[in-house]
Amino acid sequence: MEEMQPKLLDLIPNERGWGVTANDREMVIGGGFGVREEKKLELRLGLPGEEDWNANRKKTEGLCANVKPSFSLGLFGAPQTKQEAGLITGEAQKIHAKADKQTSVVERKAIAHAATPPAATPLPSNSRAANAPVVGWPPVRSFRRNLASTSKTVLEPQKWASGTCAKFENSTKGLFVKINMDGVPIGRKIDLKAYDSYDKLSSAVDQLFRGLLADQRSEIGTEKNVEEKGRAIQGLLDGSGEYTLVYEDDEGDKMLVGDVPWEMFVSTAKRLRVLKSSDLSASTLRTTSRKRAATEC
Amino acid sequence: MKVQSAMFYFPEEVIEHIFSFLTHHPDRNTVSTVCKAWYKIERLSRREVFVGNCYAIRPDRAAARFPGLRSLTLKGKPHFADFDLVPPDWGGLAGPWIEAMARSCPNLEELRMKRMVVSDESLELLAHAFPNFKALVLVSCEGFSTDGLAAVARSCKSLRELDLQENEIEDRGPRWLNSFPDMCTSLVSLNFACLKGEVNLKSLERLVCRSPNLKCLRLNRAVPVETLAKIMNQCPNLEDLGTGSLLADQFSEAYVSLISALQKCKKLRCLSGFWDASPLCLLAVYPICANLTGLNLSYAPTVQGQDFINLIQHCVKLLRLWVLDSVGDKGLAVVASACKELQELRVFPSDLFAAGPATVTEEGLVAISTGCPKLNSLLYFCHSMTNSALITVSKNCPNFTRFRLCILEPRKPDPATNEPLDEGFGAVVKTCKNLRRFSISGLLTDQVFYYIGKYAKALEMLSIAFAGDTDQGMTYVLNGCKNLRKLEIRDCPFGDGALLADVTKYETMRSLWMSSCDISLRGCKALATKMPSLNVEIINEWEAEMEENLNNGVAEVISNNNNKHINNGNDERKVEKLYVYRTVGGPRTDAPDFVWTL
Repeated sequence: MEEMQPKLLDLIPNERGWGVTANDREMVIGGGFGVREEKKLELRLGLPGEEDWNANRKKTEGLCANVKPSFSLGLFGAPQTKQEAGLITGEAQKIHAKADKQTSVVERKAIAHAATPPAATPLPSNSRAANAPVVGWPPVRSFRRNLASTSKTVLEPQKWASGTCAKFENSTKGLFVKINMDGVPIGRKIDLKAYDSYDKLSSAVDQLFRGLLADQRSEIGTEKNVEEKGRAIQGLLDGSGEYTLVYEDDEGDKMLVGDVPWEMFVSTAKRLRVLKSSDLSASTLRTTSRKRAATEC
Repeated sequence: MKVQSAMFYFPEEVIEHIFSFLTHHPDRNTVSTVCKAWYKIERLSRREVFVGNCYAIRPDRAAARFPGLRSLTLKGKPHFADFDLVPPDWGGLAGPWIEAMARSCPNLEELRMKRMVVSDESLELLAHAFPNFKALVLVSCEGFSTDGLAAVARSCKSLRELDLQENEIEDRGPRWLNSFPDMCTSLVSLNFACLKGEVNLKSLERLVCRSPNLKCLRLNRAVPVETLAKIMNQCPNLEDLGTGSLLADQFSEAYVSLISALQKCKKLRCLSGFWDASPLCLLAVYPICANLTGLNLSYAPTVQGQDFINLIQHCVKLLRLWVLDSVGDKGLAVVASACKELQELRVFPSDLFAAGPATVTEEGLVAISTGCPKLNSLLYFCHSMTNSALITVSKNCPNFTRFRLCILEPRKPDPATNEPLDEGFGAVVKTCKNLRRFSISGLLTDQVFYYIGKYAKALEMLSIAFAGDTDQGMTYVLNGCKNLRKLEIRDCPFGDGALLADVTKYETMRSLWMSSCDISLRGCKALATKMPSLNVEIINEWEAEMEENLNNGVAEVISNNNNKHINNGNDERKVEKLYVYRTVGGPRTDAPDFVWTL
């Protein structure tokens, strides 16, 4: 399991880069995991501030290898329960559960030797340790915990589309959108929930269309070498390649992929297109700045 | 003398008829102890049984004693399981109970369970074993899926009530709602608000259409406004409604339809849900507010500020209000001025770790107490509290039966004086003679327990966290609270001295929970030895885990008969979690390896 942790640390390069509040529960998946642990072990003064306490509470149970004695308050926590599954998707949950189980032994050994009876360490009321997350505190049921952690991300209500089946976002279901590529008559469908970053999406698009594109080219032109088949489609996100990835959002506007935070993209993208970069012009794309101002929380 | 002996000449049927007027469980329990004849009459005529701790008696024995049972209520895991203090797989299995009932009590009509683990197989059995089954109420349960619900829907021909409150239900798709047969028209109450997944909306509409007796309907978040409007048009006699998602465009047909539908519901008294409620959607609710007695906005963080105030000022008949603390002291002040009949208030935290600015403070609570003197039940989460506020509150509202105050930061003193909150909570117990349930928090010394022991004579349930100085605190409570049934303690410096101060006391109580306190294995063993009628159970997860890891992941089952760990000589080890309860069922046979019965 040790090798898992460095991998998780690498997933999100700059935690604060997207300007999303730390209470966004989707941030818990992957990168938030390890990065927040580093912050947890930092010595800091003052009020806790921005961190996602709900996620941290679960992580500190499992991962704090060198825990200060004051952290021993109630850290004889249970491994993650099924009730917390509501907060995290299936895969991440397994990772967390495994990590908790493996490292919690180390943690508890350390605590068992270092522990003092909780009341013997009087805590100043404004110290950071007093605000450290404690298992099962405050006494709020899991249903409410999940609600409390997501309440800060409630955005402006979006236009509600009619339909006989409720479009209710269930974190375990896929989100399939159509994707078409210039020069390829047959489109594909891609599951946005299967990815957690633009890079992954970009390489998935490459995989999807590489073969098809090569087939198209070999049909139109004369026979090419075998090397032409499977030439990678690159530079989709930064305009440097032959093709660029754009999407159509829920207001019908065409947008460049990559501007907004990943989660916002997933929730607003309705279909994708892979356009020839040379075909892009300023008039076909709305600028994102105005939209972003309206939807940022 | 003549009158007394005359009782023995009454035929059994007459005595049974007399007993039928005894509806209070403790009364029936008492008459059953008078003599053998009365015991027999009572047990054969008993229709309702309440088992507060499912391990207090073996299911077979309960089923055999009351063959005429129609209604069974069961509670499983300890209360602190709600806050993740009890490991998964601890127990509380419904299966053995349902099986025992299936064997001995075929006339079962109602089953209510709280904090129990129910499997789909058990629900399947339930659906087939009881031909007259009418009501299933599951609160904070887990272990089952929508397939289990489908089995109940499909096979319970006269189902009246299916009430699911805050359960963990595995979603296996929306088909379960289709399982209600077409000829099922008996539904009176349907609550699936806790289901996380989609629901087949057409099935739902059809079900509502053929349920003319529907009085209570609580939808889940997946049901849109459009469907809600259609449903409301179908049942104008609805008394209790939990909305689905209230996200709607104010100009949409659905929204307009909802407004007119709601206005026709003259009997609507209780509202909940309000997921994603847009301020404009709330306007639809205004016309019915004047008659509301119950309002639950605690799942609606979007309802705050002026929106909340605009809504609540119409609710003049409100008896029960649940909100989030985002309504603020200002919102509570409006509640105080508008809701003069208010009896129960719950204010839940929207920010669990007091990281942001304070939303509700002692001012909000004082305002409520001033404006709503009928208040008798309170659950209040806040950032801080003062002694003077608590004293004022108890003077204003002497009728509290349930008083639960949770200050988010453990051990926080009165910010005005920097003193403990002993006097404040002391005032509550001194004034409120009928107090039955009490939860305290903030900085507290042994003194508050002195007050509780001295004054809280009606107290039945006490929850303590991060409080007290010495064993004396817990001892005051054990010695003083004559009616104490449940005592739950976490993170307090109470040790073996307190635990063993009055061991016979525990036989008069349902249960004791102590976690992260200062008790040792030696003390727990002593308790078990002195009181064989109690189950003294220890939960030690990390030892069991260490064993597992040492064996390279091959889990070694440490059965309760294997005393290797209990008796390896080190009795001074601190006990992480202790659960003690009285029982006639002996030690648990289904305890997992991390639960040791001493």
